[in-house]
Amino acid sequence: MEHQSKLETVLRGIALLLVVVFFMFPIFWIFLMSLQTNETILRVPPSINFEPTLSNYRALITGKLETSAASLEINFLQNLWNSVFLSVASVSLALLLGVPAAYAFARHKFKGSEDIAFTLLSFRFAPPLLVLLPLSLYFQKMGLADTYLGLIWVYQLICLPLILWIVRGYFEDISPDIEYAYRVAGHSWFSTFRKIALPLAGPGIAAAGLLAFIFAWNNFIFALVLASADKQPVTVGALAFITASGIQYGQIAAAIVMSIAPTLALALYAQKYLVEGLSLGAVKG
Amino acid sequence: MSDIHLDIKQVDKIYGTANSAVHAVKGLSMAVRRGEITSLLGASGCGKTSTLRMIAGFETVSKGTIKLGGKVLNDLRPVKRNVAMAFEGYSLYPPLTIRDNIAFALKASKLSAKDISDKVHTMADMLEITDILDKHPSSVSGGQQQRASLGRALIRDADLHLLDEPMGQLEPQLRALLRGRIKHYIKENGITAILVTHDQAEANALSDRIAVMEGGYLQQFESPQRLKDQPANLFTGTFVGEPPMNTFSASVDKESDKVRFDLDHGVSLSFDVTDFSADVIEAALALKSVVIGVRPYAIKRDDDGMKATVVANHWLGDQSHIAATLAGQSVILVEHDRAPDKAGDDIFIKLDPDNIHVFNRETGYAVSHGAEIVG
Repeated sequence: MEHQSKLETVLRGIALLLVVVFFMFPIFWIFLMSLQTNETILRVPPSINFEPTLSNYRALITGKLETSAASLEINFLQNLWNSVFLSVASVSLALLLGVPAAYAFARHKFKGSEDIAFTLLSFRFAPPLLVLLPLSLYFQKMGLADTYLGLIWVYQLICLPLILWIVRGYFEDISPDIEYAYRVAGHSWFSTFRKIALPLAGPGIAAAGLLAFIFAWNNFIFALVLASADKQPVTVGALAFITASGIQYGQIAAAIVMSIAPTLALALYAQKYLVEGLSLGAVKG
Repeated sequence: MSDIHLDIKQVDKIYGTANSAVHAVKGLSMAVRRGEITSLLGASGCGKTSTLRMIAGFETVSKGTIKLGGKVLNDLRPVKRNVAMAFEGYSLYPPLTIRDNIAFALKASKLSAKDISDKVHTMADMLEITDILDKHPSSVSGGQQQRASLGRALIRDADLHLLDEPMGQLEPQLRALLRGRIKHYIKENGITAILVTHDQAEANALSDRIAVMEGGYLQQFESPQRLKDQPANLFTGTFVGEPPMNTFSASVDKESDKVRFDLDHGVSLSFDVTDFSADVIEAALALKSVVIGVRPYAIKRDDDGMKATVVANHWLGDQSHIAATLAGQSVILVEHDRAPDKAGDDIFIKLDPDNIHVFNRETGYAVSHGAEIVG
């Protein structure tokens, strides 16, 4: 590293601080909001002097929303559980289907293989609203509307192309000769896939899985249209806080904090893989 | 012959589809004996690695048959072939140490842990990699990885060992040392090995026979000595040997007791008819137009010889390489003493009829080597 003067170090520090403040301030503010009542949140001018309260969190956990006008029932915890279940199940299914498919696309060039891979990617091009209307009609006919199965199936539109295309790049980066060396030593292609290809592409698979999880978790529109209240994830469930007696900012903030917590924890835990995984694929020649 | 171990018959390899086909190997037939070391020698893209990969089972055979120990390999999966291979790109398993990489194939065998450990150490000693056995592939040099990859292949008890450029990354000194050891190991263990290389010195040092390939065709399959002395065609003649064979296009004529080769550039070489057999003269005369080839070390100086002008003279420590022009065409001489000639000097050279190879100019096939006609 080149030598830096003190001034440069200070300037660099200030620049980094600005970036951190810019990105973190909204999250920090939301966290503060989650500890306030609606009255303190809405006062003008805003202030950070307030008496912290856990009432918003209590309301979410007990499922009883007290507004100035009435008392409402909300099922936020059910929404949270739906999010966890839908995201985990969708990503698991997408990994189960996508990783072997990515391996096939990377290793075996067959007629039409590029076309199939591209078609799968093209699912990401279409605006979700475009497919939602026909899809909801089909789902109602097939009895898939308002079921976990139906939602997990639709979530494959988000997860599968992502996993397929990222993981495929990883498999392509592994020299086929490493696999040949294993096969020539007396192993079947399937055990080569399990013992050599999968572990070597591990960081890439983890990174793709994590990204797919985040995308699935953040999805809003599919669940809004295709699921009713008891199957909806937090992204849709948060709409319940827009009540007849006004928007419940405090509870919304608390709901946001609780709903980003799992993805944040996962991302922090896997961040080493995520950065390593995504950059390795890009740099390797 | 009953001791044929690997029998390749009329094998073709075509890559791609009908409209963008690459014909990598064309009508390859060769038979390798049990315990023989064979080299596939040729420039990049000559089909040698494709051949190796077809034998290993990583590429399908487009046409023809490959038999190993009497068994047809064509449709057999790699796992069923009992073939060991060292890869040009090393292809070690990244998560395993060098020791585990080498021992890997033995783990499936019935050998005890101690026997495996002993074998790995013997192999590592031979390849000079004992000190890196506990390191991972990513933390050792390319040359060390290559030796580990070679060790992983050689340690196996396989029916056939395929070695793809196994020493390309090694220092010259180490390469020379390992060549001897590896050849000894292969012979002592009765291994049948096929080596792919573009390094002639390596092919010459290790092989019992060398298969020279070019453009997907097998050009010649012979012992290193015979390849040099009796090249089957102009390609083998000029490809094998360093520096390459000098060639001159010439027309042939006979006047009473003299045979004359009139080089295209205006110089004539005249020999007594008795210098060649009657068959050679007859065959050359019938062709009229030939190419004659002379190895650089077979060109001698003679005050009565033809005049050539020196262009450059390099002393390589044990031999002089003299580049000169003879009637406008370049010619290279090799002498084992340090030659004093400088650029611009005139030298006088003579071609000895015993060392002249005559080739058909049209087809490139050899007509004669020295006084002997090609049968």
